[in-house]
Amino acid sequence: MMTSQMAKQPKKSDRSTPDRPSSRHVPPGPSGGVENPFAETPFGRRKRRVEFFAKAVFLLMTLLIVFPLIVIIVYLLYKAFPILSIDFLFTNPTGGMRAGGIWAPLLGTIYLVVISLLVASPVGVLAAVYLNEYARDTWLTRIINLAVVNLAGVPSIVHALFGVGAFVLFSGMGRSILAASLTLAIMTLPVIIAATREALGAVPMAFREACWNLGATRWQTIRRIVLPNSISGILTGIILQVSRAAGETAPVMFTGVVFYKAISEGDLFAYGLFDQCMALSMHLFTISTQVPNVPDALPYGTAVVLLGTVLMVNALSICIRAYLRSRKKW
Amino acid sequence: MIDRHRLEVLTEPAVEWIIRLCGISAIIFVFGIFFFVFREGSGILFRGFDLVEFFTSSQWVPTSIGNKRYGIFALIAGTASVTLLAMAIAVPFGLGTAVFVSEFCTPKLKEAFKIVIELLAAIPSVVWGFIGLTIMNELIIRLFNAPIGLTVLNGGIILALMSIPIIVSIAEDSLKAVPDSYREAAEALGASRWQMVYRVLLPAAKNGLLAAVLLGIARAIGETMAVLMATGHAVRIPRSVLDPVRTLTATIAAELGEAPVHSDHYQVLFLIGVVLFSITFLVNLTADLIVKGIRQK
Amino acid sequence: MAVRLKNSLPTNSLFVLWLALLLCLLSAGCSKKSEQESGDSSGKTIIQDLGSDTMVNLAQAWAEEYATVNPSVSIEVSGGGSGTGIAALISGTVDIANCSRRMHPDEIRRAKETGAEPVEFIVGFDALAVYVHKNNPMDAITIGQLAEIYGEGGRINRWSQLGNRNPACASDEIIRISRQSNSGTYEYFREALLGDTGDFKLGSRDLHGSKDVVELVGRTPCAIGYSGMGYVTEKVKMLKVAKKDGDRAVEPSIESTLDRTYPIARPLYMYCFGKPDGEVKKYLLWIYSGAGQKIVESTGYVPLPDPQRAAAVKALEGR
Repeated sequence: MMTSQMAKQPKKSDRSTPDRPSSRHVPPGPSGGVENPFAETPFGRRKRRVEFFAKAVFLLMTLLIVFPLIVIIVYLLYKAFPILSIDFLFTNPTGGMRAGGIWAPLLGTIYLVVISLLVASPVGVLAAVYLNEYARDTWLTRIINLAVVNLAGVPSIVHALFGVGAFVLFSGMGRSILAASLTLAIMTLPVIIAATREALGAVPMAFREACWNLGATRWQTIRRIVLPNSISGILTGIILQVSRAAGETAPVMFTGVVFYKAISEGDLFAYGLFDQCMALSMHLFTISTQVPNVPDALPYGTAVVLLGTVLMVNALSICIRAYLRSRKKW
Repeated sequence: MIDRHRLEVLTEPAVEWIIRLCGISAIIFVFGIFFFVFREGSGILFRGFDLVEFFTSSQWVPTSIGNKRYGIFALIAGTASVTLLAMAIAVPFGLGTAVFVSEFCTPKLKEAFKIVIELLAAIPSVVWGFIGLTIMNELIIRLFNAPIGLTVLNGGIILALMSIPIIVSIAEDSLKAVPDSYREAAEALGASRWQMVYRVLLPAAKNGLLAAVLLGIARAIGETMAVLMATGHAVRIPRSVLDPVRTLTATIAAELGEAPVHSDHYQVLFLIGVVLFSITFLVNLTADLIVKGIRQK
Repeated sequence: MAVRLKNSLPTNSLFVLWLALLLCLLSAGCSKKSEQESGDSSGKTIIQDLGSDTMVNLAQAWAEEYATVNPSVSIEVSGGGSGTGIAALISGTVDIANCSRRMHPDEIRRAKETGAEPVEFIVGFDALAVYVHKNNPMDAITIGQLAEIYGEGGRINRWSQLGNRNPACASDEIIRISRQSNSGTYEYFREALLGDTGDFKLGSRDLHGSKDVVELVGRTPCAIGYSGMGYVTEKVKMLKVAKKDGDRAVEPSIESTLDRTYPIARPLYMYCFGKPDGEVKKYLLWIYSGAGQKIVESTGYVPLPDPQRAAAVKALEGR
């Protein structure tokens, strides 16, 4: 009795909620009805309630982001459904671009993506190798890091201006696939550098030290041990940039992509390096804003193809990442 | 001992030089961008261009025959309004999602959500613009009974959806960087999960979270195609979220083709490019410095 | 004892793949380097056609049809605005520039500075229609009223000021839809309404393409917009336009364009540098032929009357 009364005193919340079910009820034991000091207190209950509330709010926020994405994809698919087929991919736009398919833009986008990644990957990977393996902590390195971060944040229209100024005009390439691809390459560079750095950084120092102890030079180590072990991260970075390069409109609009160009269907080599080309991103833009009386399904179909390509490529990179990670022996 | 072929020994210095060159390529490109953009736009600066009027006047009439006016204030207001609205939506949702994914989630659900966020990040900007032009447009017309759905609200929502993935991934990274000892200490003191997040984690990670928000802002400021298609493209200072606006980026994209090369209009557009580049450069620089600050701790 | 480090498969094979792709592309690119229509390339001849967004659909329809007529020629069509086309022509990067307005005197001067004389070809006509929502009771409007609505300093901002009780428009506000300033349509409309000295009132919704304007007007009961006659849909109606108060208001059509009774109609131009020859000349001759002009009509523009066509063909051949 005395002990239970002493145990009761500190709980001030007792007065405000007299009628709640007693969770402190403990069957009287041999010592005779001692309060369970670990039982739930009203304070603890409020804490739990607040936590539940907070968790619910955050869950709601997350779902509110995920939900629109799903709704958008479903709606796009629904509107594009009448026109999606293999033919859609392999026939040219016809009837004043109000019918037919997207072969010319699709081929153009493939060209742009492949060429820009061909240029950006070696430069990006080697730059990351330099930053991670060779650079010492000097002011030069800090500036390089700063430059990479800033390159990542440049607006796409400023990339377009640069492409026009440097490639189209200054280098005399004129508006061409080459100028557009080089502009895209510079845009995708920072992410490739960042992804490669992360991948290189994940290789344990012990590997390198073992090689050096065996007398390998720095480049030998990198080429034979570090790079192969970080290939999954590097590939992920490069593959992710496929979607970026395929989806950007502004940088290519002024440097080499045209409204319309007739090429033969099924011809994989229809475009030359100094020609201009069509592109999926630009095509979506023009048929949704400039061509009158386009049946609804067409722009939705183009959007779905673009989106589908991007999502497939991302899924591919996730799979490669998972596969190569599972093959890692450390 | 590792075998060293003669070929390898001979080519090694050359390879190292190539690597060094690639390393400084990033600097070359950033300066190159600034140089070329500035070069194309600088001509007009030396011919008595009124910079004060440039920044403060809201009269943007570059193609008038007799009375050309180059005031970008309304355009700046356009960019600012859309960015502010986008951040007002993206910051709470982005940070909330980051907290949820990193603290309150089961690991399986975490992977699923991370994949979804990555997919959200991968959607090309022209597809977002298309969504703004079609889906969002109809939605806003129906919900708000507005005459047109191409408004600040439309652009703001689309930009928010585009910036959220960046905010989430960087915020999540910085939350992950808080040492586990903080969490364990809080739990040992009897804090609930939420209390630990609110009182310990968020203050500890605040630099990284701030950097995340800044990078989201930079993304929103620099976006071109989505706002070109979704904001209604009108040169005016918006008085409500249902007004149309025009952003700096959309102005360049829409008018660059027209302006005859090296004309006044052309150079002013490149000057706007310099302004944009400087803004995003400053924002990125600030974010970088803040992150460096926490790395040094 | 020498130790051989195992060369890891992924890196080497990736490097070889990269090299192979690079070589493949370089060889394909170099062999396909198409010349401008000088006709001595290994692949197709390319004609670059750039300019007016108003004419871009027409140019695309021509290019698409011409590809079946003459498969050895490939025509690259771009929009960007009349100003773009002229700019590109001056800098020598295109063969033909499409313009929905005449070249300005200072553009002509700049062209002459680079040494070539721009040659003008009228390839069709376009009537600029004033569009309102189909539920708008208004039927006709004068140029003066349009100037007051669209022009700087103009005082008409509400439908009721025009004596028009528009039941579909609750706010009574006239929502002005316009084009962006790089458009020849924009410039022509401004010139037709406000002459050489006026400017548009800021704050209109400036859309990118001719089609956008009509679509937006079709969805917005309070709106008014202007665009080519060929972009009409069933959700809008075209107003009859009178030159002055008291004049008969005329509906835009092929006939009223050709006989000049519709006040806002303009020619569509194509410009070349110097006299065109070779493939460009053949293309222009085809545009002037029956097939080309039929496409003009089917895309919603007004084809040239016969005597004008014959004169143009003679000029092309004879020069």
